Amino acid sequence: MLDVDADFSTKQTILDAILAALIAWLFFLPITGVLLDGYAVQSAWHQPFVLALIVFYARCLIAIIVHTDLGKRLFVGKGHYAGVEVVDKTNAHWHWLLVIVAIGFVFPFFSSKYWLTVAILALIYVLLGLGLNVVVGLAGLLDLGFVAFYAVGAYSYALGSEYLGLGFWTALPFAAVLAASFGAILGFPVLRMHGDYLAIVTLGFGEIIRLILNNWTAFTGGPNGASAPLPTLFGLEFSRRAKQGGTPFHDYFGLDYSTIYRYILIYLVLFLVVCVMTMVVVRLRQMPIGRAWEALREDETACRSLGINHVVVKLSAFSMGAMVGGLAGVFFAAYQGFINPSSFTFFESALILAIVVLGGLGSVVGVIIAAVVLTILPELLREFSDYRVLIFGMSMVLMMIWRPRGLLPQRRQAFRRT
Amino acid sequence: MTEPLLQLDKVSASYGSIQALKSVSITVNQGEIVTLIGANGAGKSTLLMTIFGQPRASSGRILLAGQDISQIPIHQISSLGLAQAPEGRRIFARMTVEENLLMGTIAIGDAYLKQDKDKVFALFPRLKERRKQSAGTLSGGEQQMLAIGRALMSRPRLLLLDEPSLGLAPLIVKQIFAILKEIAKEGATIFLVEQNAHHALNLADRGYVLANGEVRLSGTGQELLANKQVQHAYLGG
Repeated sequence: MLDVDADFSTKQTILDAILAALIAWLFFLPITGVLLDGYAVQSAWHQPFVLALIVFYARCLIAIIVHTDLGKRLFVGKGHYAGVEVVDKTNAHWHWLLVIVAIGFVFPFFSSKYWLTVAILALIYVLLGLGLNVVVGLAGLLDLGFVAFYAVGAYSYALGSEYLGLGFWTALPFAAVLAASFGAILGFPVLRMHGDYLAIVTLGFGEIIRLILNNWTAFTGGPNGASAPLPTLFGLEFSRRAKQGGTPFHDYFGLDYSTIYRYILIYLVLFLVVCVMTMVVVRLRQMPIGRAWEALREDETACRSLGINHVVVKLSAFSMGAMVGGLAGVFFAAYQGFINPSSFTFFESALILAIVVLGGLGSVVGVIIAAVVLTILPELLREFSDYRVLIFGMSMVLMMIWRPRGLLPQRRQAFRRT
Repeated sequence: MTEPLLQLDKVSASYGSIQALKSVSITVNQGEIVTLIGANGAGKSTLLMTIFGQPRASSGRILLAGQDISQIPIHQISSLGLAQAPEGRRIFARMTVEENLLMGTIAIGDAYLKQDKDKVFALFPRLKERRKQSAGTLSGGEQQMLAIGRALMSRPRLLLLDEPSLGLAPLIVKQIFAILKEIAKEGATIFLVEQNAHHALNLADRGYVLANGEVRLSGTGQELLANKQVQHAYLGG
């Protein structure tokens, strides 16, 4: 078990451990070495030494473990290019997929309201993750302001109903188109940018949208937010009493009034949209535009010399991602019934990005799992809510060590025509 | 005399205030192998990039079979029958060998995909062995073969190669040049930019020597090989 390999050097290990212990000693000296006792100060000089000793042994142990077979399997990440595994034939397990989709569709009829709302939130993040995955995972354009499109979608529903009288069903395509055009608007100025520069500009874009929503009080309601109406089903309303001339949903079907029906409706529509979007994204990758996205991620110069129109490719990636984000926004607004700019901060962008990175850049299934995990885990860990961000950060660090290419690294089918 | 396939007519180009090409005139005729040699920073790669519109020529004309291509959109240039194996190979590392070849057909569509892929595999049997492998896992020489193969997939009238010997072992360089000879035998027109003057001039029908963004010398490959100045500056003689 503890057979170390040839690279292991006892001398190097001890030197590393001594250095680590020294740093630990210096670090712990002011923290544990000095005790406040009322107004007096007591020294507890032995404590830093004990802690430093623990660090020394721990460092030695780590050094030994990473040189064993077990440790190598645990710690050594796969090489950079091993990241994308190209699968030759379709090996999708169709029957499993059907089972999952079927469970997804019947779930709301057996679920409590609480878990239904959690599921809606999870699906919203799945949608956001799918959208950002197109931009970051496939086209390789690091977008730190993705929340902007989410906000555009949410506000186009809330403000659309306020000023244009749009309902939920008209708001869906409206928000999709509006968000997609915002994606294109962001796309134009950043066509020539790469990497860090692109990230900063998109970050700025996300903040600009939030600040506009926050400060254009006359139009958006500013920090007071805007309310979004409840969705309707073929004109049936989900409130206790319908507006003039309408029939509430529960009366029509002779049911008792409950708020769960509206969530069931939102859930079902959302689930359908997620299924369709998953299929669309999977299909797009097989198509020339999807190939072009991936080629762009790999090498832009090569793309241009091969005759790929990088303007079209970049703008389509931004628009496609933004459109999906916008759809997620509509569901968020419908689910909350009320939105304000504080839901669309940079933290939200970071969370969506974390979903994409944790899931595996470019991996559709990975992103879905990551989104579900990252929304449901905090609910399960309510008792540890103080440590939520700590756990979040630690899991990120561990992921980067063990699975640097994400939970389910991108595996894709070989392009069809090869 | 028939019209040359590619003609650079007093082309200048610059990066910001730095002029990289000074009124360069070069001709490549149908069926020829023409090479451009020169030291680091002479402007060789810039010349190739300028043909592809990045940077644009600040003055002069670039004629492809008589048509001025110096102003047309970059992504349309390759569909006119120009293909490039760029410097540093620039293959798509996370795609398979076959997928890389598929990407090469963007300019012309995938109607001839199977046929042309077989042709490339016949030229480079190594690529066939590794056709399902991620291109990033190939060796440098294999990546260069892939870059050339990818360029061939668009059935170019003119193949532009930017330093195919870059960073490769002498034996592999020899192999690559042997294959280029084969490609040329089948009637391809090749414009080859190289630092490896010896190999390049041996292969080429004609050559140009570029220094400080200007054409200093030109002649047949053998003439240039025999030239004292060239020998002194580029062949270590």
